[in-house]
Parts: sequence; structure tokens; C-alpha cells
Amino acid sequence: MDYFKYDLAGLHELLVKKELSVSELVKETIVNIKKRDNDVAAFLTLNEEEALRQAEELDRKGFDKDNPLFGIPLGIKDNIVTKNLRTTAASKILENFDPIYNATVMDKLQAAAAITIGKTNMDEFAMGGSTENSAFKVTKNAWDQTKVPGGSSGGSAAAVASGEVIAALGTDTGGSIRQPASFNGIVGVKPTYGRVSRYGIIAFASSLDQVGPLTRSVKDNALVLNAISGLDPHDSTSSKQAVPDFTAKLDGNIKNMRIAVPKEFIGKGVATEVKEAIKKAITTFEKLGAVVDEVSLPHSKYGIPVYYIIASSEASSNLQRFDGIRYGHRAQDVKNLEDVYVKSRSEGFGDEVKRRIMLGTFSLSAGTYDAFFKKAAQVRTLICRDFEHVFADYDLILGPTTPTPAFGIGEDVKDPITMYLNDILTVPVNLAGLPGMSLPAGSSNGLPIGLQLIANRFDEETMYRAGYAFEQATDFHKEVPTFGGQN
Amino acid sequence: MAINANEVEHVAKLAKLAFSKDELQKFTGQLGEIIEMVQQLSDVDTENVPVTTHISNSQGVMREDKAVPGTSRDLLMENVPQHQDGYIKVPAIIDESEEA
Amino acid sequence: MNFETTIGLEVHVEMKTNSKAFSPAPVQYGAAPNTNTNVVDWGYPGVLPTLNKGALEFGMRAALALNCEITKDTHFDRKNYFYPDNPKAYQITQAQEPIGHDGWVEIEVDGKKKKVGIAEMHVEEDAGKNTHSPDGYSYVDLNRQGTPLIEIVSKPDISSAEEAYAYLVRLRQIIQFTGVSDVKMEEGSMRADVNISVRPIGSDKFGTKTEMKNLNSFEHVRKGVQYEAKRQERLLLSGGVIQQETRRFDEASGQTILMRVKEGSSDYRYFPEPDIPPLHISDEWIQEVKASIPEMPDKRRKKYVEKWNIPEYDAGVLTQTKEMSDFFEETVAQGAQAKLAANWLMGEVNAYLNTNKLELLDTKLTPEHLATMIKLIEDGTISSKIAKKVFKETISNGSEPRNWVEEKGLVQLSDAKVLEPIITAVLNDNQKSIEDYQNGKGRAIGFLVGQIMKQTHGKANPKVVNKLLIKNLKER
Ligand SMILES: [Mg+2]
Ligand SMILES: [Zn+2]
Repeated sequence: MDYFKYDLAGLHELLVKKELSVSELVKETIVNIKKRDNDVAAFLTLNEEEALRQAEELDRKGFDKDNPLFGIPLGIKDNIVTKNLRTTAASKILENFDPIYNATVMDKLQAAAAITIGKTNMDEFAMGGSTENSAFKVTKNAWDQTKVPGGSSGGSAAAVASGEVIAALGTDTGGSIRQPASFNGIVGVKPTYGRVSRYGIIAFASSLDQVGPLTRSVKDNALVLNAISGLDPHDSTSSKQAVPDFTAKLDGNIKNMRIAVPKEFIGKGVATEVKEAIKKAITTFEKLGAVVDEVSLPHSKYGIPVYYIIASSEASSNLQRFDGIRYGHRAQDVKNLEDVYVKSRSEGFGDEVKRRIMLGTFSLSAGTYDAFFKKAAQVRTLICRDFEHVFADYDLILGPTTPTPAFGIGEDVKDPITMYLNDILTVPVNLAGLPGMSLPAGSSNGLPIGLQLIANRFDEETMYRAGYAFEQATDFHKEVPTFGGQN
Repeated sequence: MAINANEVEHVAKLAKLAFSKDELQKFTGQLGEIIEMVQQLSDVDTENVPVTTHISNSQGVMREDKAVPGTSRDLLMENVPQHQDGYIKVPAIIDESEEA
Repeated sequence: MNFETTIGLEVHVEMKTNSKAFSPAPVQYGAAPNTNTNVVDWGYPGVLPTLNKGALEFGMRAALALNCEITKDTHFDRKNYFYPDNPKAYQITQAQEPIGHDGWVEIEVDGKKKKVGIAEMHVEEDAGKNTHSPDGYSYVDLNRQGTPLIEIVSKPDISSAEEAYAYLVRLRQIIQFTGVSDVKMEEGSMRADVNISVRPIGSDKFGTKTEMKNLNSFEHVRKGVQYEAKRQERLLLSGGVIQQETRRFDEASGQTILMRVKEGSSDYRYFPEPDIPPLHISDEWIQEVKASIPEMPDKRRKKYVEKWNIPEYDAGVLTQTKEMSDFFEETVAQGAQAKLAANWLMGEVNAYLNTNKLELLDTKLTPEHLATMIKLIEDGTISSKIAKKVFKETISNGSEPRNWVEEKGLVQLSDAKVLEPIITAVLNDNQKSIEDYQNGKGRAIGFLVGQIMKQTHGKANPKVVNKLLIKNLKER
């Protein structure tokens, strides 16, 4: 199956017209993944047998033409718990973990008759921005296999960008959907906090994590988000807010839309080619009738330290359950309980995870809590207020997704601080619980550049509408990477 | 506020992690840098600024007090490294502290 | 040198909700290991807590009954520590904004009344259970994991073992009357941590305190405190220094024994639980919960004495437990005379419970049956002798008294038309007794009544028999 030729609606039509059966689609998808994964290494686990079984069952049941995801094979990030399908969060500590329940988003996708084709690679426990922190493999950028795909949802992004699947789910705690989407020239959306249930997402940072779709087009993205959104009684932080049809306002009309560009997002540290791409994007939006102004988010520069303290603190607590007792890796050579804890965890977690557990544990400690955790939580309030001020006057915020295009494999991983700074434009969005989108807006040396759109809370509609208008007005989304002479 | 190897070791103890001497040195350095980066927060005036620890727009979310039968024990035991007679089995505990 | 003792108590009480505090798994004591648990209780990767409204409301009830202020803007916190019975490696509790604060209870020791302050009261989850085995392993049962608890932290107002004991008795009574817990000590549903320090009288600084954890007997608390206060005084008098340590009360020797010395305070890294949104408790909600609290023992006692003419002492006994008090009130509501109901409950019923080591609710006696039985005695349908039989039957087999009495033909014979022929026959057979009576020997009456009772298998109404017999004798 050549996913570069179709969008979800196109595929759906093929299936409706019976030009293609779900079983054929699944088989071809698997063949394709096996071939392309030699280059990109996006998948950790393939759900071959079960996916085929489900496909046959769906073919038997007959097509549901009101269901846009019917029979569509999807990639699922490996920190999303899938019943009876190995789920590792790319960590040795969960190497052989076989979940006995489904994440709510998986139940929803199942209800929509979508098919899980496999689990995608990621940075261990979603901690990282390059997918190099996986305990199992290094995923490659779809456009240039010497570059990182970004992270932590690097596997999902590479799988979509390389045409292995038409859509995938990722999770975004500080930019983990938008940054790999940007690096791979696709559309990635982090919904408003509370829009999508977190039940069954192996928690990294509870007050920041959100699940979202990675797709090649804005409309596809909206269709997938439609399927996974909504209140979940299993997740008390999921929102009662009504879920609109996110595809409803995709008409290309953004006349008089008020767009703010924070000067901090196009300042020091942002690469020239990225700034250029954003300037062009602004011009495009203005041509479409939007009003674009420069604004300020004065506290956004503190986003990185605030994020690292809060995310690491929550993570240090969330990851304590990996203790070798009820599931996951238990060290062999143990004399007592303390050994079980210390050895299982020290053997099971990778360096980046340990680093964050350490920072988080330190930030929450008796003597440091006020200066670290509490201080960060206060500055978080100021960051939220900055956004509130802007959204009092504007519909949308625009900027780059990342300061630079994808970097080389092995380039940044040595220095955690440089790595952390890659998230500088994405973390404020998570801290404020806002929806954010990255979509293709150009390229530099064959590497995609992403444009970030940020909307007010629960206003994904405006974000999708603007993204769609931009997509229709430009050709960036039509570019696809090449693999061994074919695409 | 830098961090020294002793403090890092204390934090590791709380987090149930063990590091070799080399690792400890590496982590002390890296944590020190991160902590230094984090220090820029002290520039921000946060007097009378409330904390944001929850970002959901939900408040007072509760469930009615209705019991639902538990998950099958056999199923729960599937991922347990060691179990016996319906109990999870773990090597002996040295410190007998029990909390609630 | 004279010392004074300062005691602080932290008491945990398990609530009798249907489901757990943060998962819908059942709360049930005594089930097979790990059968009342789900993925949330197990801290499975990806699971999230959901707050049980019932647990929170029970917490509010207890707080209100303990005269606490309710914290209107509250949230839950995580307390982080590793232990096999603590699957998430954090306990969801309330550290920063406990649901109740600044309450008090009144205790009475040696006739002196005293208010003991309650610093705070919060809602949290219980841990599972570890069983240590000599085989070098521990065995973990997570059934108890997530059971809702209230933790009540006293102010350091308690200054003797007797006061500590009285405080616990009072606390148990109040909690029990709120209906929040059965407070069954033997099931570990009430446990106390005790902090004790001594200081020379007049000193303005508290002494170093030691701690005894998880005591589930009031008697152990009393004895432990007595021993520990003495031990500390002796140690200080001999020039020693008290260490911050955890000690265990040893039942056999009546002593406290060192378990471990505390090195600084533990670092639990408390922080707000991000998975549970904060709560705002409105005045309306507080009023609603207030209205749902059953009448407290003090009020009930007053009502019994003033309205129902029950002696002070009896009223005290009847309000010792909510079970008994509710039973009593229901029996009265079913039409029994209050004083008679009280006599039965304090007499026969209590004796039966003691002999059979049962709780009132474990028997088949209902307030309705007890009331019926009392009415049967009052209207002369049964004799008090037969009543004892009826009581045994009703409490052990649950038989409805009126039906059972009729079925077994135990209705008292009071009808003169039935009794007259029997009396005549007995008199005819006992000429000698008639002569004795006529000669002034009163004893003869007793003998004759006995004969009549024998003929009627004890069913004859003794009052009526007496009256008829004397009339007959006079006529002869
Ligand atoms: Mg406590
Ligand atoms: Zn407690």
C-alpha cells in the first residue's frame, strides 16, 4: 500500500468501493513496514497475526461507511497500554510486559474499528527528544537516515513520514508529538490537557502528558482526534468539555483571524532558515486574510527549567512503581528486598530516565521542595497568565516548533542541557495545558521545518482551521521522502 | 547551589538507584549543570503567586461509592515475577517499617 | 524532680465504604488473598485513581463529629516511599490541606472533664498486607490496598496513660456513631501510633519523643504509655538522654522495646497528586453531610434520661455502642416500653452475647421481635418464665415470638372457665391441704398452686390461679 497516494478519506473510499479489502490493506501494510523499517526502524513490536485476524473479522462483518477509521492500520506509541500486546515504553524494565488491560484510547480506536498494526519506538518512558534513548533501537529520520526522527514519539513520526502507516498515536509531555512531527515533515497535534484520556498511558508527567495523532494531513489528524477525544470516567483529569467535530471548520477561510507571534519564539537560538520559514508562513497567513501581530510571552524563557523540575518531579514519583515486584524486570542476584528494588531499577532504567528520576527526587526533597518544585509551580502560573493575556486578544499563536531542523544521530545525546533546549518552543504549551500543532512549513538541506500553531484551551477547532488553510495554500505537505529509489 | 557526590548518593538512595563511582561522578556533574540551569528561576518574583499543580479544567471529580468485582487474580499474576498461593512473593524485608 | 508526660496520638480508622478510596474494587475483610483488587490497586502502568465520593463524605462526617473545621479548598497529595504493600510506591493522602482541622473531643478521667484538641484529620488510602515468613520471603496480599482511612492527629494535650485510654475509647465511640466505621479492633480497623515525651514540670520545651507504631489494643496503649513515661523519667534522672526512636510494646513483659533509632526525619517527598483534580467543598455540601450524621451518644444519653426515664447509668451502658443504642431506639419505636426494653437489653441480651461471644448484629434478634415479646409479657399473654424460653428461641433461631408462642401452645391460661375445673379437681384430690389451709397453714397454698401449674404444664397464669384458688378454698 502506498500511503503517500491517499489520505484517510481516499483510503476509506477504496475500502467502501471494495477496491481493497481490510485484509489486503493490512497485509500490504505489514509487507511495507518490514521493508521500510530496514531504513527507519520505527516499530518495536508488530501485531501481525492479531491485526490480520481483526482484518478478516472486519471484512466478514462488512464495511461501516460512516466510520472513517474502519479497517485502517495505525501505529501506536509503545507507552500506550495495549491489552495482550507487549508494551515496553522502550524500557528494559518492561521488556516482557504483557498488559492485561487496554488504554482508553485503545478502546476508542477499537470501537472505531481501527487496527493496531504495531507499537512504535520512542525515547524510554518518553524522556528525550531524539528516540535515541530507546533501550531497544535507534529510529531514523524518514528524510535522512543519519538524522534523528526527534522524540519522544520518533517511531510514530518516522512511521507516518516514511509511509509505513497513514496515522499513528504519540504522546506529548513537552513537545514529544510536535517536535518529531516537525523533524519528519508531518502534522502532529498535542490536544488540550484533558481532551484525551490518559488512562492507560504509562505516565511520565501526569500534569503534562497528552495523547495525540501524527498524520500527513491536517484533516486526517482531525479525524483521528475525533475518534480518541472525550471524557473518561477512568481519568479524573479528562474534561467534560463537549467534543466538536474537528473537521467541521476546515473550509480554508481564516479571514480576520487574529494571530499572535511571540517575539521570544523567533529570537536568539532559533536557526536562520527556521526564522525564514516562519516569516514566509506569516506572509501566507496574511495573504489568507489573517491579522498577524508580534506579542510577548515574557515568562516563556523560564519554560525549560520549570518544565524539567515539574516533569521530573512527577516522573520520579510515577516511575517508583517499577520496583520489580508485581511486573517488569526483577534482578536475579538479590539477597533481600532492598536488592530487588535497587538492582531491578538500576538494571532496568536507562541513563536519561535515571537522570530525570534523580532531578525529580531531588526537587521534591524536604530541603529543596520550596526552592525547586514550589518555585517552578509558581512560575508555571506566570507562564499560564502570559498565554491568557495573549488569548484575550488573539485567536491563535504562531511560531516555529523547534529552533532547528533535525540534528544528527549521536550529536546531542552527550549533552543533556543542549538536548533540553530543543524543547524550548514546545514546553510552554504543555505547562499551560494548551493545544498545539506542528505542520510542515518548509525545508532546509532536505530536512523539514515545522510551523507551530497554538490555540486557547479546548479551541482545537481554530488550530485545525488555520492549519488546514495554511496547508491548502502551500505545497510543503506534498513533499515525501524517497526510499531506495521508490516512494 | 551546586550538588556534591554525597548529596547525589543520598538522592539515589531515596530513588532506589545505585551508581558506580564513575557513574556517580558523571551524574553529579550533569545534575549540577541542570540544577544550575534551574537556578535562573530564582530571578523571578513569585511573591503571592499561587502554584499551578493541576492543569485540568475539572474540579471535584468523584465516583459514586459502588463496588465492582476485582480483576481476576490469575490475570493479575501473569506478569508477577514470583508468586505463591495467591500471594506476590518477594525476598525478605529487612526494615520492618509499615506505613499508612 | 517531677515530670509531666506529653502524649500525641495518630489514629487510623478504616472506613466501611463499599469500594476503595481510589478504585472501584470492593472493600471486604477476610477475602482470599488478592481477590478484591484490580489493576488500579496493583499500580499497573498507566492506571489512574478515581476518588470515591463516599469516602470523602465519610471523612467529612468524621471531621464534623470531631468538631473539626472543614477545609473548603482541599486536594490530595502523594507520600512517596517504597514498600511491597505499597504498589505505586506512593500513598495518596492529604498532607497540605487535610479535610478537617482544629477539632476536639471531650474525655472524662476520674470525674474530671477535659477537652483534647485534634490538630487535623485527613482521608487517605490504606496499604496492602505483608506477611513475613521464616523462609526468607514476604508474601503480599493487596486486598486491603486502597481501603479508605481517616487519620486523626491529636494535639499534644494528653498527659497520662489514663487520658490516652479515655481518648481512644471516646474516639472509637464517636467514630462508631457516625456510621463511618465499625471500628473493629480485632480486624485492625483502628490502629494507633503513640508519641510520648516527658519533661520536668515547669519546663517550656517538650522533651525528645519516642514513638510506638500500629497498636491495635487500647490496653496496650495504656500499658505502653505507662511503661514508656516511667522509662524516660528514670533515664533522665540517671543522667541519660532520650533518643528519637521507634519502640514496640511487648505484651509478655509489659515493656517497650527499641526497634530502631530514627536518623533524621524520613523524606516522603510529598507533593500534590496531579491525577486528582482539587476539590472545593461548598457550605451546602457541608450542611448536607452534617444532616446525614446520626445522633451522637451524648445527645442520645440525654434523651434516654430526660424523655424516657432511663437511669443515668443505664443510659450510659446503652450508648456505649451504636449497635446497642440503635437497637434500643428501634425497639422503643416498635412499641416496647423504654424501661422494659432497656432491662432486657442490659440483662438477658447482654448475658446471651457474653456467654456466646457474639455481637448484637450477629444474632437473629430484631428490635421488632424484642418489642413484640415485651408486649406479650405486658399484656399477660406469656409469663416471664415462658418469656425466657421465647427469648432463647427468638435470639437463636429468629422465630417470630407471637407465632412461636401460639404454635407451641405457650399462651398463658388466664381464662377462669378453663381453670375452674382443674382447680376443683386438684382440691378434690388434696383434702389434707384444704384442712391445712383452714388450720391457718399458708404453705398449703404454694403446694396447691404447684399442683395446678403441673396439671397445666406451667401455662396457668399464676395471678389468676391464686385468686381463683383462694376464692374456692373460702367456699369449701
Ligand atoms: Mg501519619
Ligand atoms: Zn496515615
